[in-house]
Amino acid sequence: MATLTYRDALNQALREEMQRDPNVFLMGEEVGVYQGAYKVSRGLLEEFGPKRIVDTPIAELGFAGIGVGAAMAGLRPVIEFMTWNFAVLALDQIVNSAAKILYESGGQVPIPIVFRGPNGAALQLAAQHSQAWESWLSHIPGLKVVAPATPADAKGLLKSAIRDDSPVIVLEGEMLYNIKGEVPEGEHIVPIGRAEVKRPGNDVTLICHSKTVTVALKAAEQLAEREGVSAEVLDLRSLRPLDEATIVKSVSRTNRAVVVEEGWPQCGIGAHVVDVIQREAFDQLDAPVLRVTQADVPMPYNKQLERLAKPSPERVVAAARRVLYLD
Amino acid sequence: MATATARTANASAPPPPQTELERRMLRQMLLIRRFEEKAAEAYALGKIGGFCHLYIGQEAVAVGSLAALRDDDYVISSYREHGQALARGVPATAVMAELFGKATGCSKGKGGSMHLFDAGRRFLGGHGIVGGHIPLAAGIGFAIRYKDGDQVCICYFGEAAVNIGAFHEALNMASVYKLPVIFCCENNRYGMGTAFERVAAVTDVVEHACSYDMAAEVVDGMDALAVYAATERAAERARKGGHPTLLEVRTYRFMGHSMSDPLHGVYRTKEEVEEQRKRDPITQLAHKLKEAGALDDAALDALDAEARAQTDEAARFAEQSPDPDPAELITHVLAD
Repeated sequence: MATLTYRDALNQALREEMQRDPNVFLMGEEVGVYQGAYKVSRGLLEEFGPKRIVDTPIAELGFAGIGVGAAMAGLRPVIEFMTWNFAVLALDQIVNSAAKILYESGGQVPIPIVFRGPNGAALQLAAQHSQAWESWLSHIPGLKVVAPATPADAKGLLKSAIRDDSPVIVLEGEMLYNIKGEVPEGEHIVPIGRAEVKRPGNDVTLICHSKTVTVALKAAEQLAEREGVSAEVLDLRSLRPLDEATIVKSVSRTNRAVVVEEGWPQCGIGAHVVDVIQREAFDQLDAPVLRVTQADVPMPYNKQLERLAKPSPERVVAAARRVLYLD
Repeated sequence: MATATARTANASAPPPPQTELERRMLRQMLLIRRFEEKAAEAYALGKIGGFCHLYIGQEAVAVGSLAALRDDDYVISSYREHGQALARGVPATAVMAELFGKATGCSKGKGGSMHLFDAGRRFLGGHGIVGGHIPLAAGIGFAIRYKDGDQVCICYFGEAAVNIGAFHEALNMASVYKLPVIFCCENNRYGMGTAFERVAAVTDVVEHACSYDMAAEVVDGMDALAVYAATERAAERARKGGHPTLLEVRTYRFMGHSMSDPLHGVYRTKEEVEEQRKRDPITQLAHKLKEAGALDDAALDALDAEARAQTDEAARFAEQSPDPDPAELITHVLAD
């Protein structure tokens, strides 16, 4: 297995899928000449040329719509948003066009498109540039939503997304692009809709995705070292469809759960996961399920305040202690 | 997928003699007029639900422009698209059944009046958010250019869509990327109940093309032949160099914005509507053909009777068709 950064794993996925299928193209701000705002598309313009690596004006609604239109006419666009914060300008195309056209056409016009880019907070980017949009996006029938946490999952899920005939949202992370991990050589596909246990455990399930997987893994380490608690870390990987069976299986074994996410508390991913657990594993629960989210405020700029706002291993440990009645 | 299936192009066919073309256009306009009258009747009886935006008055735009295009060109429109669907050749039965929400509708009863689709005829909707489909048209143009095709995509929208960002983003990119798109603005002067001049700083839509270095034309939308000719010029521009065109087609709707709105009253006068009715595109074309000796009253009556028979049949078909199976509720959400 090769060790790759998350960024290079995504780059490999794009390169391999573009080599495999001439109908795949990449479009977005700075993806070509500049080599990508976060260098995910490095080297692709040289290999595939400007016809398939298409620089756009700063016009998210417009180029997202061009992507959907191109998909209607048989291409397989990958639309890069410099960040999902800017993609809010394109929500009409994602929600009203990409997610609706197959249904409202009675199944005649599939939209095989990928919308991807970094989601959630990085460091000190303040309120408008630090938002996690997964609960908004996964609310919408007609979309699939994935949020890989590791280089291997990033590669495997992006490849699945590009091959999927439905619109797929791929949530990456600025703070994830530099992380390294092992990525299997050759054809590596991660199917959409399957969660994965990233660390097995018996006493409590920490349910997480994307950047909060690292947070949960650190919390699990601390719980093991300081409390002798064996925490299972369950990475959702896909948020729609959600792998309900794997969540229920894990919680039915540990009998306790904490859901960790970067988004705000109200109507968050965790709220939906808790709904699944109370419905499907009610009798197996030994404690109420708790959630760790971003503080219910716009993200502050100040470093100390920002740290307080974000989910942290300490907050996850505290929540785990509560569901284990250790306090 | 269906939309990618090439259809036989009629590009090599010689252009029809003018009177034959005009007769064909007259027949189509009559069909649309009678179809829309039947739709209004069915709406009043509660057989059509939701929103229903009629095309009466604007028939020359759809008919004239689509007559100038090929079967393998793409068509995309807003929610006022019954006329374009019919002019494109979507059977009146399938359009009426869709308005009735029936399983035999062109979108299987799941789209309704605002979301007519017929992928086989490259009729790609029926979109309900003002201006939202204009970037989609640019994307279809992008796909045509990507595959080195010589098709064009025609995109219909009302003048009110010119005030929304999607219009400007799409026109800019269509011009930058040289996309073979005809942006056909049907200027019927009112966005619902708001006169364009009350909300637009620039009231000649055609002027916007300057901002995007795009070819543009103002066209008399009550003259089917003028619309045909302008569309032909735009299509040639698109096929040769992939250059987009903005057509401002000046027309008028004789009905309210939708079936729930009054014909006139607070936002326009009865006199204005009556004055505009004198420009009725069907009467004008019929008159022209009569003047040329290519049509007499009996022939016109026969064409009209044919249109009425077709719409009666469409309504009967829609009425007798089944509702979608309840299992259809959850199909077509995702492609797999």
